[in-house]
Amino acid sequence: MTTLAHRDDDEAASDALGGFTWALARDVRLALRTPSELGVQLLFYVVVVTLFPLATSPDRAMLAALGPGVLWVAALLASLLSLPRLFALDQADGTLEQMALSPWPLPAIVSGKIAAHWLTTGLPVVLLSPLAALQYGLDAGAIGVLAAGLALGTPILSLLGAVGAALTLGVRASGALVALLVLPLYVPVLIFGAGAVDAFRAGMAFDANLSLLGAGLIAAALGAPFAAAAAVRIALD
Amino acid sequence: MLEAHDLAARRGTARLFAGLGLAVAAGEALVVTGANGRGKTTLLRMLAGLSLPEEGEIRLDGARVRPFSPALRAAVAFAGHALALKDELSARENLASLATLCGAHIVDAELDAALDRVALGERKHLPARSLSQGQRRRVGLARLSLSRPRVWILDEPVTALDASGAALLGELVGAHLERGGLAVASTHAPLALPAARVRTLSLDKGL
Repeated sequence: MTTLAHRDDDEAASDALGGFTWALARDVRLALRTPSELGVQLLFYVVVVTLFPLATSPDRAMLAALGPGVLWVAALLASLLSLPRLFALDQADGTLEQMALSPWPLPAIVSGKIAAHWLTTGLPVVLLSPLAALQYGLDAGAIGVLAAGLALGTPILSLLGAVGAALTLGVRASGALVALLVLPLYVPVLIFGAGAVDAFRAGMAFDANLSLLGAGLIAAALGAPFAAAAAVRIALD
Repeated sequence: MLEAHDLAARRGTARLFAGLGLAVAAGEALVVTGANGRGKTTLLRMLAGLSLPEEGEIRLDGARVRPFSPALRAAVAFAGHALALKDELSARENLASLATLCGAHIVDAELDAALDRVALGERKHLPARSLSQGQRRRVGLARLSLSRPRVWILDEPVTALDASGAALLGELVGAHLERGGLAVASTHAPLALPAARVRTLSLDKGL
């Protein structure tokens, strides 16, 4: 019989790592078993990004000015699309209870799920963004800044989104509610992300924007898993 | 030793039970009976640490435990109505995933032996969505057979099981009690267990 009263820090760290890797591997594997869902999200991103040049004018200068904002908003929407399912499926089949009762710390398991969410929804968007940016006539430097911003910013979207998804567990029409809860929190990410590209194109320093995104990522990574785990426990009670 | 003192629960405005006390020692099983809506599941979820009692306290080996406390999570295996199976994964993958989540270090041979034991050996590579309700329950039995925690909390474990499945459940719980574990189960059908080890708590009386 093990007692957990006197565990040392090493043990706690390996517990946290165990929960993180378990959840990460499991969610990535589940996502790969249903590739159509991944495809739909990515297609959604591509279609939204493609609609804007069609709906506005083919003027290069205007498209280049519009581009960074549109690409960022599309990334936000693509990330939102899959958020309601992040915890709801696990709650429906009882896995969420087992996660909350696991000897591993729940925030570690939640972190693994968030990392898997980013790998399956955020990372593809980051990788596709240079291609999507070509439609807007952005030059190579601007595309680089855009992709760097998305690489720093999309994990923040997954982290903040997970808190919203956990808070709306068990609520009817949770999809719309998640969007209402989370979109205002996405605003700073949007401003700094799109702002970095605008600053680059205007020939100004853009590194402050990226540094702020990085700082936001660290703060979100330290806080969001705990908030989401607390919300999950409340939802189970 | 799992104890509860003066537990009370309500659902909405209706009081389910109040002043409920129980104690289950190592090697004992407590069977909770009662009509539908009496609060069997509510009581079991409180004992498992999934929900906070409205009043009263739960003690594990004399120490008071709160919902989701580490001591409770290390000691308890909970099997609820929902089986925590993923349709996309095979029976074997589901079992491996759940057993790991519940803190067991399982080698492949143990997984296969557990699945053979619940007569799922030939179907272990089929996705869980193609299993019948009773077969899904059997994956749950296999998980229990690999489970290390000493407190088993089983909510209606006999549901959807056939006679041999129910007998298997009795064997598993019996072996668990032999090892010095304890179990709390809500059930309508009697469990095939040595009568000396089983006590019954009815939620129908005293309200």
